[in-house]
Amino acid sequence: MEFLQSFDWMQLLKCFVVGGLICVIGQILIDKTKLTPARILVLFVTTGAILGGLGIYQYLVDFAGAGATVPLTGFGNNLAKGAIEGVKESGIVGAFTGGVKASAGGIAAAVFFGYIASLISKPKMKKQ
Amino acid sequence: MKPLDTKKGYQDYVDKKSPNSPILKNCFNAFWVGGLICSIGQVILFICKQRGLDTQTSGTIVSIILIGISAFLTGLNIFNRIGKLAGAGSLIPITGFANSIVAPAMEYKSEGYVMGVGGKMFTVAGPVLVFGISASIIVGLVYLIFNSQSITLV
Repeated sequence: MEFLQSFDWMQLLKCFVVGGLICVIGQILIDKTKLTPARILVLFVTTGAILGGLGIYQYLVDFAGAGATVPLTGFGNNLAKGAIEGVKESGIVGAFTGGVKASAGGIAAAVFFGYIASLISKPKMKKQ
Repeated sequence: MKPLDTKKGYQDYVDKKSPNSPILKNCFNAFWVGGLICSIGQVILFICKQRGLDTQTSGTIVSIILIGISAFLTGLNIFNRIGKLAGAGSLIPITGFANSIVAPAMEYKSEGYVMGVGGKMFTVAGPVLVFGISASIIVGLVYLIFNSQSITLV
């Protein structure tokens, strides 16, 4: 009960709306253009990295929290932000280490869980 | 029915008969599923923050949990049912990234566990990582050039 009272419901609403709208942009791209899902994923990550590099995406993160960080644009933003942090810390080497360092958890989890899940997966059933 | 002798007439006929792509319905489904996935992330983020973790670590934990869940849901053939309903709603969040790793790996399981599963995992995720990481390096280098006076080159 205490948890529910302390919970920031306004933040959750903002997160829901912004996260939903980012997905709607993707849906419009799928329906209106001939882009394959793979290209759309690449497009979103790259857009996020550019917006993150320009410092624009941070405003959206401050506003919507997970609504901005969970979509793949947030992954791109995280990479770009990490690269800038890296440059501040260790100069030119940081440009190469920072981005991957900041998103290492996500990448490693994707590789690890992805492999395990593929191993335990059931073969696809043919539709009748 | 009139005979369809001209190309224009045929095109009109096809347009009339083929079902309209229900873009509004798709967008609505993408909106609420995408919003819901982000909201799950927000709840995890909130729990992490309450336990006194910093923003960076909390964000990483959110990614790991969402990636883990969607990887296993893909392996159990549940995720593609959600994806059929939601379209971009489950593709654009980080869950789509995990799905894009597991889905091709499952297809090529018969080619072996090293080159089949291990190799095909990256048919979609590979380009995402290539462009994402390259973009981040360019951002870092551009930042370095424009702020070279304020930082020390190692």
